[in-house]
Amino acid sequence: MKEFLEGSQAIAEVIKLCRPGVISAYPITPQTHIVEGLAKMCADGELDSQFVNVESEHSAASVVLGAVATGVRAYTATSSQGLFYMAEVLYNISGMRLPVIMTVAARSISAPINIWNDHQDVVSLRDAGWIQLHAEDIQEAADLHLIAYRLGEDKTMMLPVMVCMDGFILTHGVETVNMPIQEEVDKFLPAYNPPYKLDVTNPMTLGPLVDPDYYMEARFALNETHKEALALIPKITAEFAKVFGRNYNGLIEGYQLNDAERVIVAMGSVCGTIKEVVDELKKKGKKVGLLKITSLRPFPAMHIYQALKNIPKVAVIDRALSIGSFAPLSAEVKAVFFGKPKRPKAVSSFIVGLGGRDITKDSIKEIFRLLTGKEKQGEFIDLKPELLKESYE
Amino acid sequence: MFGPLICKPGASRSNKTGPWRTEFRPKFLKKNCIACNMCLIVCPEACISSQPLALSDGKGALSGQGKNTYDFDPDYCKGCGICAAVCPKQDIEMIKEDPALQKG
Repeated sequence: MKEFLEGSQAIAEVIKLCRPGVISAYPITPQTHIVEGLAKMCADGELDSQFVNVESEHSAASVVLGAVATGVRAYTATSSQGLFYMAEVLYNISGMRLPVIMTVAARSISAPINIWNDHQDVVSLRDAGWIQLHAEDIQEAADLHLIAYRLGEDKTMMLPVMVCMDGFILTHGVETVNMPIQEEVDKFLPAYNPPYKLDVTNPMTLGPLVDPDYYMEARFALNETHKEALALIPKITAEFAKVFGRNYNGLIEGYQLNDAERVIVAMGSVCGTIKEVVDELKKKGKKVGLLKITSLRPFPAMHIYQALKNIPKVAVIDRALSIGSFAPLSAEVKAVFFGKPKRPKAVSSFIVGLGGRDITKDSIKEIFRLLTGKEKQGEFIDLKPELLKESYE
Repeated sequence: MFGPLICKPGASRSNKTGPWRTEFRPKFLKKNCIACNMCLIVCPEACISSQPLALSDGKGALSGQGKNTYDFDPDYCKGCGICAAVCPKQDIEMIKEDPALQKG
């Protein structure tokens, strides 16, 4: 049913349809509306779920870890500093192979303190062992949560999934969203029935101390499962399409890539802006396109290679930094081509939209324009040089 | 190279945040106030004061000096209503904001 919803409200409604047994979260802008909505549903008796109020994100993550370990479906959400405060627990959740599902309202990291959108929080946590799916719009964000539960809880996976949606732009933006109904969700997402759980009649230990004889294999297996997820994600999205009628690849999405000569690679809501610019430039006869990355983890290297191998000029947009090195997404996209027979002539790297600086259509046009020239390395777009100083002496 | 840092303090004084206020503002009735100082202590914006300052002699708050002199600073009050909720004498009311006043 089509509804006109704020992004956060759409997520709360979809989570309700997933019937989590336990929800635990600590409020942080711009995630707050999601968990506020869920807390209200629990308080009003619309949702038969235990909402656990906690004193911090570290505790919220620990509560959902414990809940899923006992065989209960659980949900949490956070953002920015809250995600960092969870970090220690997040590595444990993936290491213990517990399919916790979490929304991250992607936001910048302090200092300076800034509550607006970029990808520094989620991208910094890319090595946490979680599957990481990035949404372009509210519809996709809502749908990715259904896909996330189905994927994470698959008995061959047992992996936590982070659904990343751009803070404010998607959490507070309002869109017409095709909301699923309970029967459809129940058909697509069966009750959580884990292959292992904490059970007093059949005791087991999760996350014990392992010495050097065992540790590497546990980590190897986690890494292998991420590779296996690359094959499973498109199967689950295909099943999703059968039930809900909306098609996602789940790994990458190409937009106007046939005969494109200049292509931007990006993640998240900026892809909507890029599509609009691509449409405008195509009308003027320019051969431009977009490659959207939905799954940052697992990283669909071969899919990216196949999509971009014949494109002469590629630009990678990063909305996060790996300070002191190459921009994170650009480094990974470039690594895809090393030693390969075919590759773009240039893979340029651009930093845009940190801390909520608007990425306008002009910003995107500037990137397409710069792609006609020499390869750029970590070039900042829309920077204000007048604010920079040599010293404070 | 350096980017923008805040080197001079006082930004939270110079940025008047009163216009962010909710639809309500406190009204100090100044009838039954016992100068218990609770409203001043709980205010998250620290924008409630009294005349003479309740703590100026180090004991004013407890000795009941400054009864019925407490008021709030509309330049910073965000209308949370905690002062009205905590007042043991119900001497603070939350009243509907006058949109004309909220502009400032």
